[in-house]
Amino acid sequence: MQSHNEQRLKEVFSRVFSVPVETINDDVKYRETKNFTWDSIMHMSLIAEIENEFGIMLETDDVIDMSSFLKAKEIVAKYVND
Amino acid sequence: MLLEQLNAPFEMNQDQKQQVLFAELLALTDHHQAHCFYYQNLVENIFVQKHFKQNEDLPFLPAQIFKYLPLKSIREEEVFRVLNSSGTTGQQPSQIFLDKAAATHQAKVLSSIVTNFIGKKRLPMLIVDHPSAVKSAGMTARAAAILGFSSFGAQHTYLLSDEDLSLQVAALQAFLEKFPQQPILMFGFTFMIWAYLYEYCQKNNIFLDLSQVILVHGGGWKKLANLNIGKETFKQCLAAQFNLTKVHDYYGMVEQIGTIFMECEFGKMHIPFFADVLIRDPIHFQALGVNQTGLIQVLSILPKSYPGHSILTEDLGKITEIDECLCGRKGKVIEIHGRLPKAEARGCSDTHQR
Repeated sequence: MQSHNEQRLKEVFSRVFSVPVETINDDVKYRETKNFTWDSIMHMSLIAEIENEFGIMLETDDVIDMSSFLKAKEIVAKYVND
Repeated sequence: MLLEQLNAPFEMNQDQKQQVLFAELLALTDHHQAHCFYYQNLVENIFVQKHFKQNEDLPFLPAQIFKYLPLKSIREEEVFRVLNSSGTTGQQPSQIFLDKAAATHQAKVLSSIVTNFIGKKRLPMLIVDHPSAVKSAGMTARAAAILGFSSFGAQHTYLLSDEDLSLQVAALQAFLEKFPQQPILMFGFTFMIWAYLYEYCQKNNIFLDLSQVILVHGGGWKKLANLNIGKETFKQCLAAQFNLTKVHDYYGMVEQIGTIFMECEFGKMHIPFFADVLIRDPIHFQALGVNQTGLIQVLSILPKSYPGHSILTEDLGKITEIDECLCGRKGKVIEIHGRLPKAEARGCSDTHQR
């Protein structure tokens, strides 16, 4: 996935977690975030927001595999062409 | 590792499965003896037999022990998540320690089982519970179950109000209109489905067509058994009231989270290949045969971060058939008969107090 969709995805994360978009990078990991909470409840909000933003529907396995921002980029790229 | 064959959870026949599982379970028994002091002690002192030749010989822990001892085979800093059993007031909750790998495995295993029954596509999802059920402090088994199953759905809609658990009929009707003639996943605890969906609609003359719904429910029958409502009555009532006929009961526990036994379209509850069940005499603990009722022992190759790979539950049940179900799923079929008398109420659906 190239930068345009990466930027959109960063903005989704930023909206869902209410943090500045600059704080979102590849090191942001499920249940290992410092300044905000990415737990299983927030995970479902994140998935819904990603699906809205890109107009896609993720498969169950992808919902489970999305354990970091890096992983989220890879998964979204499977569904969306840049 | 066996867990890589997750896409086919019900294709291995019992003979084959037993051999494959035994090797893994034996390795886990060694692993936990080496990494969990309490487990090592328990096994050393309670189980006379030291040479294990088959699944039946392996040591098993009573489910209640997870309430009294912090059993884990990982270092404190590796603990990623702690799960607590439902436990009503006055009861000590069980504590289950997961590291990162275990947390991922349990989600994948649950997914491989459930998608085998409902398909890989995520469905619009109704949750027969109130939104705060998942928001309480600490991760309860109930919240973990709701959130775990949420991965199979989209557009999650909670059907009960936070105030008094009343059914949000308008929201339910709007949801059904929004997704006409397509499968909808509904999840809830058995008792909640009965009391807050079925009884509520029946008493208030609310008629809904839920024929497109696939209901997945679990969490214990004890409360309904006290009201003399069994599985058949439950199903008949849902069919009569809502035309709801796609109903899958599941059996699972926090001590082996991820590994659930799920009911097929023929009403038979199946055990996936990475788990197995033995039935034991409630007094002498010897293993019993097919169609003999006793205590259920659950075996699973999943628990690596805590010694929960072989647990004797307080539930009674029996194996009714092996490799024979008409749905084509291989392995054992189990029938659950409920708690051993005097056992405490501990299922997600049973600890709900009203």
